Amino acid sequence: MHDVANPTSPTPKQVVTGIPGASTVESGPEDKYLKLNLGPSHPATHGTLRIYVELEGELIRDMKLEIGYLHRCFEKMCETHTWNQVIPFTDRLNYVSSMMNNVGYSMAVEKLLGIEVTPRCQRIRVIVSELSRIIDHMVCIGANAVDLGALTCFWYFFRERENVYDLFEAACGARLTTSYTRVGGLLHDLPDGWIAWCRKVIDNMPRAIDDVDTMLTNNRIWIDRTKGVGAIDAATALDYGFTGPVLRATGVAHDLRKAHPYYGYDNFQFDVAVEKGGCTYARYLVRMREMRESLKIIRQALEDFPEGSVNVDDWAIVLPPKKEVYGSIEGLMAHFKLIMHGIKPPIGEVYSYTEAANGELGFFIRSEGEGKPYRVRCRPPCFAIYQAFPEMSLGQTISDAVASLGSLNIVAGELDR
Amino acid sequence: MHETGTKQLESKFPELLEAFPSDILDAEDFRGDLTVVVRPERIQDIVRFLKTNKSVPFEVLMDLFGMDYLKTKTEMPERFCVVYNFHSVSKARRLRVKAYVPEAKPEIDTLCSVYKAANWFERETWDMYGIVFREHPHLIRILTHHEFQGHPLRKDYPADRYQRLKTSLPSSEL
Repeated sequence: MHDVANPTSPTPKQVVTGIPGASTVESGPEDKYLKLNLGPSHPATHGTLRIYVELEGELIRDMKLEIGYLHRCFEKMCETHTWNQVIPFTDRLNYVSSMMNNVGYSMAVEKLLGIEVTPRCQRIRVIVSELSRIIDHMVCIGANAVDLGALTCFWYFFRERENVYDLFEAACGARLTTSYTRVGGLLHDLPDGWIAWCRKVIDNMPRAIDDVDTMLTNNRIWIDRTKGVGAIDAATALDYGFTGPVLRATGVAHDLRKAHPYYGYDNFQFDVAVEKGGCTYARYLVRMREMRESLKIIRQALEDFPEGSVNVDDWAIVLPPKKEVYGSIEGLMAHFKLIMHGIKPPIGEVYSYTEAANGELGFFIRSEGEGKPYRVRCRPPCFAIYQAFPEMSLGQTISDAVASLGSLNIVAGELDR
Repeated sequence: MHETGTKQLESKFPELLEAFPSDILDAEDFRGDLTVVVRPERIQDIVRFLKTNKSVPFEVLMDLFGMDYLKTKTEMPERFCVVYNFHSVSKARRLRVKAYVPEAKPEIDTLCSVYKAANWFERETWDMYGIVFREHPHLIRILTHHEFQGHPLRKDYPADRYQRLKTSLPSSEL
């Protein structure tokens, strides 16, 4: 038996100064640099990140990161809950766009089950995902601008974000922690009039995006503060496992919605936003364009809305309609079995991935054929991105680091899980 | 070896089998995911080949994590396993590589010299499973507290265990 109280410990490692792979600190007396600790509670980190820097004047000569302040055993907890009970946990990963986490996880379990959700369900998932992508980018750009002293953009974006939250609330009853998907479908269909309401909301959005565009894109101060700041080249970005807008800002035209289309993304007309430079300004431009592309997708998705059920027709996966539960013995039994024992996917391991707001959100799942997952592994996009933050910041000032941190959109809920 | 998986590997990526004929222990194809089980001693060479080969270069190490097969119904080769997910952006292809490591000596070579992404993912795997990555530049805990005892994602670690943790990590040890 393995004794958990006395774990095998690694052989003592030589403590390295500097970040592996980055330029190392010049040798010199210990007190040559000013040592400064930012966080874990610091307004510019927008979460719980500890950043330790060594400064020469204003320039960052060394940077070390400590994460894990928001670790809440997401993966361990998944093993003690049924397949559907995991969905509320996924809300808390990237809590700025929780719908996308719901979709990503449900898709992984559906892949394991070998089922495809109904066209109507796919369409709704696309719409809520794209709405989430827009509000995620709005929070990122808005907060990034606040860090650099521009508060107005934040309010312009948050007004629109509230409208999207109203839509979410009407669809699933919650604004932030949505838990809207279920394995094999959705909590329930959209309410009457939702589609017309959604059209109205997205018709208002270009105005807010234009407003921020006017205020920032050609703004001398904004360009000075962001252009060339926190830059990274494409090869290094791929080596670090970058995905999403931060990768596309380095000139790599990779988007899972194009490369591995799911839920009919290949039927929608939209462009992949790509910029050159890999700096904070390029990331800002990518996000701005992506919001407009997402609006295009939503507009197309709202046309020819597929009719029919939002759930797959299989009572071993989704709960039967209440009429059947109270009216037939089969319905009652199916309901009882699902509540008491849960869904039982076949034994196997799958990895499923979606293009979330921050990049590739992947779920690796192993089932032992039981009502609970044997293992759920979440591949958080910002874990890979945040790792490169020291390399992007060395030789720049603290204020530059704050600018680039905001543009990486590090969400501690997803980073620490 | 699984027959369908081996066939898939032969048709999709024959170069890997040719380059490492005796180090590919198994191949499996499940729901379209191709998984290759490799000899752990050769992990660095195999991964370096995956990254640099001309036909399907896997530029991205998408994910790296541990598995504990203590409570599976079927018998697995070893208790622990390190799973690597690779992604080829240029060819839009995926590959999963698994390397089983024994419970008595859960060790494997680090990939930090091949992919920069490996650093934190390996620290997390050490933190959660106690799998040691040889030659890792800075193998310390990353998600749990530095005073934490044990490895929480191991199957024999109780989900409700409580530990009292007090001090913060000195910056010299970051």
